[in-house]
Amino acid sequence: MNLDFSPEEIAFRNEVREFIRENYPKELEGIGTREDLTREQFLAWHKVLGKKGWSTPAWPEKYGGTGWTSTQRYIWSEENARVDALMPLPFGVAMVAPVIYTFGSEEQKQRHLPGIRSGEVWWCQGYSEPGAGSDLASVKTTAVRDGDHYVINGQKTWTTLAQHADWGFFLCRTDPNAKKPQEGISFILVDMKTPGIEVKPIKLIDGTHEVNETWLTDVRVPVENLVGKENEGWTYAKFLLAHERSGIAGVARSKRGVERLRTIASEELVDGKPLIESQDFARKISQLEIDLTALEFTELRTLASEAAGKGPGPESSILKVKGTEIQQRLTELTLEAVGNYGAPYGYGMENAGNEGFGVGPDHANFAAETYFNMRKTSIYGGSNEIQRNIISKMILGL
Amino acid sequence: MDFNFTEEQNMIRDSLSRLIREQYDFDTRRKVIESESGWRPEMWAQFAELGLLMAPFSEEDGGLGGGPIDAMVVMEEFGKGLVVEPYVPSVVCGGGFLKRGNDAQKEEYLSGIMSGETIFAFAYAEPRGRYNLADLETTAKKDGAGFVLNGHKAVVIGAPWATHFIVTARTSGDRRDSKGVSVFVVAKDAQGVSTRDYPTVDGRRASEVYFENVSVGAESVIGEVDNGLPLIEMVTDEAIAAICAEACGAMKVAHAMTVEYSRQRKQFGVPIGKFQVLQHRMVDMFMEHEQSISMTYMATLKIDEDEITRKKAASAAKVRIGQAGRFVGQEAIQIHGGMGMTDELAVGHYFKRLTMIDSEFGNVDHHLKRYTALTEMDLPAAAE
Repeated sequence: MNLDFSPEEIAFRNEVREFIRENYPKELEGIGTREDLTREQFLAWHKVLGKKGWSTPAWPEKYGGTGWTSTQRYIWSEENARVDALMPLPFGVAMVAPVIYTFGSEEQKQRHLPGIRSGEVWWCQGYSEPGAGSDLASVKTTAVRDGDHYVINGQKTWTTLAQHADWGFFLCRTDPNAKKPQEGISFILVDMKTPGIEVKPIKLIDGTHEVNETWLTDVRVPVENLVGKENEGWTYAKFLLAHERSGIAGVARSKRGVERLRTIASEELVDGKPLIESQDFARKISQLEIDLTALEFTELRTLASEAAGKGPGPESSILKVKGTEIQQRLTELTLEAVGNYGAPYGYGMENAGNEGFGVGPDHANFAAETYFNMRKTSIYGGSNEIQRNIISKMILGL
Repeated sequence: MDFNFTEEQNMIRDSLSRLIREQYDFDTRRKVIESESGWRPEMWAQFAELGLLMAPFSEEDGGLGGGPIDAMVVMEEFGKGLVVEPYVPSVVCGGGFLKRGNDAQKEEYLSGIMSGETIFAFAYAEPRGRYNLADLETTAKKDGAGFVLNGHKAVVIGAPWATHFIVTARTSGDRRDSKGVSVFVVAKDAQGVSTRDYPTVDGRRASEVYFENVSVGAESVIGEVDNGLPLIEMVTDEAIAAICAEACGAMKVAHAMTVEYSRQRKQFGVPIGKFQVLQHRMVDMFMEHEQSISMTYMATLKIDEDEITRKKAASAAKVRIGQAGRFVGQEAIQIHGGMGMTDELAVGHYFKRLTMIDSEFGNVDHHLKRYTALTEMDLPAAAE
């Protein structure tokens, strides 16, 4: 065990840093990660990385992975976080792709993986339903076989950024008579342009349109879009969720967030002195950073064991719970730091006839909105209550 | 000791509660806060008709003879309905200053505040002053018999709807000195006053208010020149008690909605309220709400006691309510799951208001520090 980078790893870091500096799209600089960006903005860096062959470092090499070690992947996320890079969205790269290359047909791999890698094709996730949230296995959307098609009917919800999506992966019930709810579910790929799909926006409490309701009415999908075996979709769904969980920790991004918080706290004044000089606040930042360090080393241990050939297991629930708690605390402290200027409503400025934002210091813009938005993180991807159930059942054996 | 409300107070609560239920439902509120003006002047007029705007004023001043407890009753109901109209800025703050003004000032402004025709906003915070009421860059320089004001006030709640401002400014001394602060009444349409209006994240409206060589007469000073800080602190403590009551109302509804949702929402074949992990959290929310009510009563009942007692009570309440509001708001969202994140459900709006109450008139850290400092001052001389 040791924590030092080898000379090769340092060389790799320098190469990556240089590449990012030269190629990170200028138009994205300084916008951070927000939910109200355009499709082009979301995909800009992804497309650059696709050309370079670096958009999918975690994939197996034969499908276009980079073959980097876990240390190199760590360096990669750190370097991107340093510039607040808008990383490829997870729905294609980290969610459906691992399912396709692990369980999909040869034809599915050839058809879908290149578009995911290049950033040309946008994917969305059709998992949750109004009645199936934490209890995901109770999905009611049906896919009924009709010749060489499935006919899909039902309603999905919380489909993140589906307004931009070209394709979606859906959990559908194919055997309504299965004994257990987990049985009889299939994992189906759906072209979002198929007739019968309607995507309706859901406005969230921060004012953004990030998620949608997706209604499916007699949507005809060719049977070759079934992934793996019919009625065994739950296995793939769980596999995907474990992948989603490990990506959800967001260590590098939170580290950058702590740095930003420090900067804000050194600019904000209390009785004429920087907020960061107040012991109360400085200790809160320290506590957050200590929690983040614990998460970082837990993630590194997980990556190392993945590199040793173990897939992400129930331990990834730790990363999800701790990672999201830290992200939420970070936005809470950021809002606290900006004081009175947390109040102006960034997304509402235009309603009041204002152009742009321009109220209070720039670093205060969207502090409250981001805090509100990040409450979602302990709910999505399997709520943190569900993650604790997983740990309790799978690790503690209770 | 008596924790009962008077008949008048119960009447205020009942009629206000009915009015809010009938005319301030969530969907109506949602449309109003997204409208151009962001509020309903006709609602304000109805509040006036009910006597709410005169409730906390003495009969001598033309009011109903109530006080802080009446304001508490009103604010708790306002919290339940997420009322955006400017009761705290105009009645609690504007009225709070002016009822302590001289006879001419009372004569000129109090009846307008009580009828709802005159609306005040409290312009005290500044871009670099955070929660320190004496950290002022706004200046008022002596000019003949009057003063000339210059400065920039930040996030002045209710300013877009106001006709007048209470403005705090430095008349002498250094930037954070406790001496040298004075309080002025300034008409919004006075020469040199300009505003930039915007919505706030919790559905209200505020402005940045700029004063550029604004001339005011000597009669605009409330209280003593250079000695305004004790008055500002007193009114601010009253405002703190009022928004604590508002937070209690908001917590009550957020908690009730969560309990109800947990009864309706089924997952794994049972209502999620059957899960012990969620039951205990809803019990914790309940306890936080109860503690908040207690602290609100305490702070409200101590408003007229000696200065240190009053200040400590207000800070203690604000600390406890800031923490409780955060916990109740966050758990309400979490237990509602994805639905709690949506704009169409009321619970998220309660969460947002509870979040913002923490930073109004000083957040948890600010008041913990103030409470600690006051405790040290209050220690018996034997310590020496």
